[in-house]
Amino acid sequence: MQRPRTLEQALEVLARATSSARLLAGGTDLMVEFETGRTHPDVVFDLWGVKELRYVRAENGGLRLGSLSTCRDLLDSALAREGADLLVLAADEVGAEQIKNRATLGGNLGTASPASDLGPVLSVLRARVRLVSLRGEREVSVDDFWTGYRATQRANDELIESVFIPTCPRDERRGFRKVGTRRAQSISKVVVAMALRVDGGVLQGVRSAAGSVAERIVRLSTLERALDGQRPSRALVSDATRDSARVDARPIDDVRSTARYRRATLQRVAEGLILDLAGIEGAH
Amino acid sequence: MNRSVGGVLARPEGPAKVTGRALYVADLRVEGAWVAGTVRSNVARGRLLGFDFDPAFDWKRVVIAGPEAIPGANLVAMIVDDQPLLCADAIEHFGEPLLIVAAETPLTLRAALAAIRPRIEVRPAMLDMEASEQLFKRIAIDKGDVEAVFAAADGAAIRVLEGTYRTDTQEQMYIEPQGFVAWPPDANGTIAVTGSMQCPYYVQKSLMRAFGVEAHNARVVQAATGGGFGGKEDYPSVLACHAALMARVCGRPIRMLYDRHEDLAVTPKRHPSRVRHRTAVASDGRLLAMDIDVLLDGGAYTTLSPVVLSRACIHAAGAYRCENVRIRGRAVATNHVPFGAFRGFGAPQVCFAVERQMDRIAVALGLHPVELRLCNMLRRGDVTATGQVLEHSVGSVEVMDEILARTKIDRHPWRAQQTGNVRRGLGLAFFFHGAGFTGSGEALLKARVAVELDREGCVIVRSASTEFGQGTLTMFTAIVAQALGCDARDVIIADADTQGVPNSGPTVASRTCMIVGGSLQKACAELLVRVGPGPAPFRERARAFVQRGGDSQIEITYTSPPGLAWDDATYRGDAYPAYGWAADVAEVEVSLDSFEVRVKRFTSAVDVGKAIQPQMVEGQIEGGSLQAIGFAHLEAATMKHGQFQQNRMATCVIPTTLDTPTFDVALIEVPFEHGPFGAKGVGELPMDGGAPAIASAIEDALGIHMDHMPATPERLLEAWLAAHPKEEL
Repeated sequence: MQRPRTLEQALEVLARATSSARLLAGGTDLMVEFETGRTHPDVVFDLWGVKELRYVRAENGGLRLGSLSTCRDLLDSALAREGADLLVLAADEVGAEQIKNRATLGGNLGTASPASDLGPVLSVLRARVRLVSLRGEREVSVDDFWTGYRATQRANDELIESVFIPTCPRDERRGFRKVGTRRAQSISKVVVAMALRVDGGVLQGVRSAAGSVAERIVRLSTLERALDGQRPSRALVSDATRDSARVDARPIDDVRSTARYRRATLQRVAEGLILDLAGIEGAH
Repeated sequence: MNRSVGGVLARPEGPAKVTGRALYVADLRVEGAWVAGTVRSNVARGRLLGFDFDPAFDWKRVVIAGPEAIPGANLVAMIVDDQPLLCADAIEHFGEPLLIVAAETPLTLRAALAAIRPRIEVRPAMLDMEASEQLFKRIAIDKGDVEAVFAAADGAAIRVLEGTYRTDTQEQMYIEPQGFVAWPPDANGTIAVTGSMQCPYYVQKSLMRAFGVEAHNARVVQAATGGGFGGKEDYPSVLACHAALMARVCGRPIRMLYDRHEDLAVTPKRHPSRVRHRTAVASDGRLLAMDIDVLLDGGAYTTLSPVVLSRACIHAAGAYRCENVRIRGRAVATNHVPFGAFRGFGAPQVCFAVERQMDRIAVALGLHPVELRLCNMLRRGDVTATGQVLEHSVGSVEVMDEILARTKIDRHPWRAQQTGNVRRGLGLAFFFHGAGFTGSGEALLKARVAVELDREGCVIVRSASTEFGQGTLTMFTAIVAQALGCDARDVIIADADTQGVPNSGPTVASRTCMIVGGSLQKACAELLVRVGPGPAPFRERARAFVQRGGDSQIEITYTSPPGLAWDDATYRGDAYPAYGWAADVAEVEVSLDSFEVRVKRFTSAVDVGKAIQPQMVEGQIEGGSLQAIGFAHLEAATMKHGQFQQNRMATCVIPTTLDTPTFDVALIEVPFEHGPFGAKGVGELPMDGGAPAIASAIEDALGIHMDHMPATPERLLEAWLAAHPKEEL
């Protein structure tokens, strides 16, 4: 276990890291992996003490969130509530209060769980991930950052330094819905985030992503393409969400739910969200 | 005036629990103790060939005990001697204990357990109760002539309706996982264990068999216990013997504490069930004949399945009057982890089935569910399926009147057409639950309790009835204080220690208040006679009585109320001394996009005879109902290859506060003359009605008849799509 206290120290120790090293931010995922024996890293870098990565601040054209910001930090931040409303909603769905106090944005991104509550929201909010190492820094969109089941494009020596969330269009409407195993402290069965604008009766800038319906957080691009530039009707929304649930989702049966339920619920929830946001009454 | 009974007493164990001073087994500091763990089978069925020990591990650091180390019988002493303490050959379920390993530290123990691999020849497992032909117990109850009625059925004046109902298993999820500390035999050869348990004398019995010792050489002391719900009725006997065995082999104290994962994976849960109903009804709704087939999955060993089946069969016809009843029950063996006791003990499964069948009949006849129940409910003077004439403390009409007054469900148009994305429903369940052991159980047990005075005039109560969160200590204190007219603070309840208390029987079966509390009231009545009347407070009179050499020691052995008769061979007679009666109404919302069920309001009207501590009784009813609500729609519980899938708290979901409805509890008191101050049992009763009430409310909301609990969103979706195929993706 190594405990860097500054970003500089963290990058130095990470420079020598191999693939068998694990990064610990809040530990809410990693501690479970230790307990269940799923991970046996050679070394653990405990980043919790790198306090400089724990911030929420306004930046030109958006909001920058330090990777060690916790769910509780997001909930308590007026800036985040204003500039990343959906993210705050999603952060409130994460675990119990103890978990909210430890679960971090960077940890959530790094774990890259397909069931992440924050994932679909980050995708819909066009979040960009800043990765830094002694070699330099780069910024990628979250959609590109995640590469597969619990996989990311972070290199062994890189650290998730922060997340940038661009300012949302003023007239954008956004929605988020989590369907879990119960009403609190649950892991999602289906989680959907949605953003769109209605411009002269026409849908614009439709962005949508979902969790727990594939091996990674997925954009519902079928739905986006079908709706963008269209006048919304119940039939159109129904068809678009159906096609999307068929094409964009790759759900499985597991201990929490069934593939059929996930696909059907994705369709029904997405349909309801769009109808709500577009101001069309009655999903069913 | 003494208001101990019917008032609110402080819980005697409360201050220690809220300040953290109460010592649960994991809190015990035991000098020199090692920790022990269990090597288990990783298949549901097979033959144990041996073990591979990783040569890289330093085996001198641990001690290992197998079945050959057991000095007595390699058996878990329960009803039938079929379960080994440690498996030596035939593996019958996943997680079956094979070896016990002890080490100085948990880390060493963990490494050692990971370095032992059992070699097992895998055999095909029987995991389908309906296919199993291996019986643990068969029960038949017959009343009247069922066949004659079915033969006369013409489809008009007499109609026959059939239904098949299923329930999955359910985890108790007590807050404290199971655990024991054991000490090696002392100079007198006495083995001592302390741990989390409901039934110290059950544990003692199992130690006596496994170690071949007499009762006085097997001492069992209950530690502070964090919940049980039946889950700590039988399994502590296994764990205590494992710990005591290792203590004997090591010659030092042993701590054996399950973590949540191990506890979920290997300890007993509620019996899965399949119940078939075939009912003949008159066109006006009168039940003419009930033919009921009850099947329970007992798992790999007998454990408590025969008695669970017994309670299931006796409750299978519900709280309804019918002249012709045939009940056939079977508990069968499978290669699942043995199923065991859980609040309700077979009744929730059959209550679900019969209440669903009543709703099915109501729909078929075009009757309101309330109307059908009013037409058929057992009332005072009626005769149950076993032939018991209900003469005492029958609160059926009272609870039904109260539930209708509070909910007006009788005026609610049930299954009315609805539109919109959120559908609403109301559902009713009407039920009863026998208090105390079934049939001749109490007569055979002869439960004993004792009271005596100390030098200060305080009353010491001795019983083996345990406190595990449900309020035994407070309830006993109230009964004693009321019976003697003394201050509740002058009542001392002795620790549940087999060397210090008589065997008042296990703390199960809604029997602690009615049976043990009843004996306690009698003991106090006699003590009061001995101490004598007078103007001084009881404690002063008692102190004077002791100081003048008065004998205050009184022990009472329970005797059944006069006139009760039960025949175990024919299952005829008085199945229980008294029944608790109840009606529940659930109000739900179901969202059509996710099929999540939200229980908004839950109303219970319950006849408990007498509420010794009304606030605690209400707590029991709300808590039991919430467990039933979890069972009804939330607690997915699935088995795969003989393994319980939801074996972590992340996946084994129980209701949170946000999943909890508003409760409205009406306590009704129709006193039972042989219970203490009129009290009957209440512990299990509230577990019975929640599932059928919610299933009925879901049917009201969606028009879908769910016959399989829990009604998870996944199952509701499938049922909805079957009824609305156009919505299929």
